[in-house]
Amino acid sequence: MNHTDQPLKRTPLYALHVELGGKIVPFAGYEMPVQYPAGIVKEHLHTREKAGLFDVSHMGQAFLHGADPARAMERVAPSDFAGLKEGMQRYGLLLNDAGCIKDDFMLTRLKGEAALYLVVNAATKEGDFAYIADRLKGLATLEPRPDRAQLALQGPLAGRVLDRLSPGIDALTFMHVARAKVAGVDTIVGRTGYTGEDGFEISMANEDAEKVARALLDQPEVAPIGLGARDSLRLEAGLCLYGHDIDETTDPAEADLVWAIGKRRKTEKGFPAADKIMDRVLNGTARKRVGIRPEGRAPARDGTEIADKTGRIVGRITSGGFGPSLNAPVAMGYVETTYAGDGTKIDLLVRGKALPARVAPMPFVPHRYKRGAA
Amino acid sequence: MSETRYTEQHEWVRVEGDEGTIGITRYATEQLGDVVFVELPDVGKTIAKGGQGAVVESVKAASEVYAPVGGTVTAVNETLNGDPATVNAAPEEAGWFFKLKIADKGELASLMTEAKYQDYVKGL
Repeated sequence: MNHTDQPLKRTPLYALHVELGGKIVPFAGYEMPVQYPAGIVKEHLHTREKAGLFDVSHMGQAFLHGADPARAMERVAPSDFAGLKEGMQRYGLLLNDAGCIKDDFMLTRLKGEAALYLVVNAATKEGDFAYIADRLKGLATLEPRPDRAQLALQGPLAGRVLDRLSPGIDALTFMHVARAKVAGVDTIVGRTGYTGEDGFEISMANEDAEKVARALLDQPEVAPIGLGARDSLRLEAGLCLYGHDIDETTDPAEADLVWAIGKRRKTEKGFPAADKIMDRVLNGTARKRVGIRPEGRAPARDGTEIADKTGRIVGRITSGGFGPSLNAPVAMGYVETTYAGDGTKIDLLVRGKALPARVAPMPFVPHRYKRGAA
Repeated sequence: MSETRYTEQHEWVRVEGDEGTIGITRYATEQLGDVVFVELPDVGKTIAKGGQGAVVESVKAASEVYAPVGGTVTAVNETLNGDPATVNAAPEEAGWFFKLKIADKGELASLMTEAKYQDYVKGL
């Protein structure tokens, strides 16, 4: 996406990124660290082994007010938000009128609070907020919160580390959210993330972000992690990147995100293009999002064409790179549904050569969330 | 006796007799980050000056490596197939990419000396 016509924004942690030696690049309209001096591979492996700290303040935060904001939000997304319990978060897909994906987001019902807490992607936040405000007019009011920053602490030691700065927080389990003090600062803490590891996302006022970040970086297990490793971690975890793996040309059925449609919603419907989407869920789609493992060591990037063994083009890669934890290239993309079975042999057309690969199950690296008792 | 010359795209060529050994500079590896794969040319391939010699892949992106001088590939660094991180560890020594039999040593005249290259990098 080209943002050169607009001045780049900075998060409240920009000066800290520079101080830490971060290599700053433009991303989603912000000047963000793609890596620190350790480099992407070390940062990636550190997150899988210990705990990594990510600045995700560029994400769009908002509150949704109204008599029943959960029901209102169901007009633009197929999740069961009315059934979302207090203190819990749920994944959602923001749909356009064609039933394709405008964005993906997280919605939280905080304990004892009427308003819902919403987090959307950075590159799409202005459009999302305008769309939601318009579609929910008369039912709910959206309150964007650009005054809030967000950090992610990810990795197997994240619980131990955060509990030191926020005693008792380690009792939260996956997808649970609570207001809590972290290093003396008022925050919203969710046991969630985008790496496949256990971890937390921590929202706080912009002016408090550096205090919390420094308190976390002072812990011996924690290292700062840039956007490069954030991308390789989420790809190994099989998680979609909006604008690449899902966008306004893909629907929830072909994107293999049917789990994001609530059980009640499948019959009750009432979300954009519900009949079309449910028809595609039941009767199948022409193409499907799959995981791909190249057999050699050459990565295949976003946009790489996928061919069958006769050379016919049957799909395209939407995210591809190198997985440091697997020490091998990994990718995901869309293929004609007849090629979507695990183990199907395909070729990736990289620089004019057909590189052998196989369709493979995701996640490539198993998720290690700290789940609570059901 | 060998001498090393540099390009503005941060390739180096070390010349010994008619043979040139080609790689990328420390500055280039710092810009690329961790190298995870190198696609090397076939031995026997003829590459013109400025033609694609190799492709270096970091975690994030692929970058082309151009031949600083034209010639015929005589050897490639097989070490990089098993351990591409050698490029980061020793870019101007063990992390070389390929060797060429130089077709026209006159082409070296357009390349930077080490001193000129250091000045060039300082200005970036």
